[in-house]
Amino acid sequence: MTAAPPGAPGALRLESVTVAAGGHTLVDAVSLDVAPGEVVGLVGPNGAGKTTLLRTVYRALRPTSGRVLLDGEDVRDLPAKRLARRLAAVLQEIPGAFELTVYDVVAMGRTPHKRAFAGDDDADRAVIAGSLAAVGAGELAGAPFDRLSGGEKQRVLIARALAQRAGTMVLDEPTNHLDLRHQLDALRLVRGLGATALVALHDLNLAAAFCDRICVLRAGRTVAAGPPAEVLTPELLADVYGVAAEVAVHPATDRPHITLLPYGNPPAAAVQPPDPPHPAPEGAL
Amino acid sequence: MTVAATEGKGRRLSFLLVLLALGALVLLAATAAIALGSVRIPAGQVWGILLHRIHPALAEPAWAPVRETIVWDVRLPRVLLAGAVGAGLAVCGMALQALVRNPLADPMLLGISSGATVGAVLVVVLNVTVLGMFTLPLAAFAGALGALVAVYFLALGTDGRMTPLRLVLAGVAMAEVLSAVVGFLIVTSGDPHKTQAALRWMLGGLAGSTWRLIWIPLAVTVLGTVALLAVARPLNLLLAGEEAAAALGLDVHRFRSAMFALVAVMVGAAVAVSGAIGFVGLILPHVVRLLVGADHRRALPAAALLGAAFLIAADLAARTVVSPEEIPVGVLTALAGGPFFLWLMRRGAAR
Repeated sequence: MTAAPPGAPGALRLESVTVAAGGHTLVDAVSLDVAPGEVVGLVGPNGAGKTTLLRTVYRALRPTSGRVLLDGEDVRDLPAKRLARRLAAVLQEIPGAFELTVYDVVAMGRTPHKRAFAGDDDADRAVIAGSLAAVGAGELAGAPFDRLSGGEKQRVLIARALAQRAGTMVLDEPTNHLDLRHQLDALRLVRGLGATALVALHDLNLAAAFCDRICVLRAGRTVAAGPPAEVLTPELLADVYGVAAEVAVHPATDRPHITLLPYGNPPAAAVQPPDPPHPAPEGAL
Repeated sequence: MTVAATEGKGRRLSFLLVLLALGALVLLAATAAIALGSVRIPAGQVWGILLHRIHPALAEPAWAPVRETIVWDVRLPRVLLAGAVGAGLAVCGMALQALVRNPLADPMLLGISSGATVGAVLVVVLNVTVLGMFTLPLAAFAGALGALVAVYFLALGTDGRMTPLRLVLAGVAMAEVLSAVVGFLIVTSGDPHKTQAALRWMLGGLAGSTWRLIWIPLAVTVLGTVALLAVARPLNLLLAGEEAAAALGLDVHRFRSAMFALVAVMVGAAVAVSGAIGFVGLILPHVVRLLVGADHRRALPAAALLGAAFLIAADLAARTVVSPEEIPVGVLTALAGGPFFLWLMRRGAAR
């Protein structure tokens, strides 16, 4: 069984989103359009503002200025439950889940579709089972979530987002903790959904292989945005990451492939700005 | 069929079995609690009397009228109250543990019971009797609500939001202050009888339950439990963490505030008539999670039944073990609960 087809892919538009906290500007006037069904990668060094930007999309953070539109509606104007039917998020942080089983955790994904007292019907159970199968975690259903390995947890949380059957997905480094095979599986899965997806990624080669377009952030600003082949150049890598690299179109994938040159000298102007502190989550003490 | 699909189906069956077993346990405990005491009444006669009172055609009266009085007017209200208080504390403890994302949270944590104690002790020490038999429970409930309002506003940050950490800190601080007030009131009352009465209330007990007294806590517990069952899914979401819950469609801050108020009213109603019965709300949720898992859709009904059965049995022990003396039931639950709590901590540490 494959994952149930998600709802209609949405059009995601970030309009000059700015987030400031504690005197730092963490995200500075970032504008970005993700067309329905498009997969856009968000890359950049640590502290560039990837997570902060994504948090404004799934509403964990209120932009200081600017707004995030889903199909033309400001996400902050939508009731939480309605937004969750159209937008699913895979977060970077994986908190403990008491003694919930993997099945229970994925079943949470059905919540935005259910009324009070409504139990899971056969359709829900099919979606839950299909989502688990899609990430190759069907056999983990009865296991306590807290006992899983990091990679297994990550896959289960992707399954939970799939169970929401939203047409738009936001994923914050979904390949974290995953081994090579599951990294490919996860991104292939996201690609295959037909959903609109905004994905923060560390691995530039994965981003190049799976994303329609890539948006590069540095110190909260968009440095470059466009198709991987146009964006991922040795000059940009030197400029943004301060590394020397060669970029070639790989014959097997027809996608740009980056080879880091461990001892090469990066071109000049590669001084990285210091990492700004992360903003505290809304409502923290 | 995939493992996940069978997982969903198989668990429904075993959950129904557990629920039936717990329901039978409640009936068993209730029957024993009505049958046993200074006057022993056979179980068959207990049910005969109960059925006869519900509808005269259901059973032929073949018993002395005094037995009917014992069953219907003395023991039944007490059993119902014990069941309601036990069920209420258990479901409140479970909801609270999800609410503050801390498995060691307890209904007594929020300062609610300390507030109720201040109200009750004031009535005892000042000898207030304006409202007759309702004076003490009402004063206790007012104290509980007063503490609730204070904790609520202390826990709200300048941004108007409530976080688990602030809630716990505000509750603990409030409980400390109010216990100090209670200590002061008792020590300065200078009357050993009042001291004795206040102390007895603080240790918890269900003696003196009458029909007139129990219907409010009974109604609050039933309605509150139904309300909690209605939000079982959102309670699950809280276990996933604040941001994930929001991304799954929950207005976390509004929900948390509403749940806090609901739980506080339920605990307040229970504590007002029974005193501070500790550990029920802390331990039973953990036992229930071992039985049916942590999903609140299954755990809440199971917690209600287990809480009812547990406190009915504990109250039975409280009034029969050293009869004619009565042990405060809070002492019994704490004696059973303390060791269990320690075992739980060691188990948690070993993981």
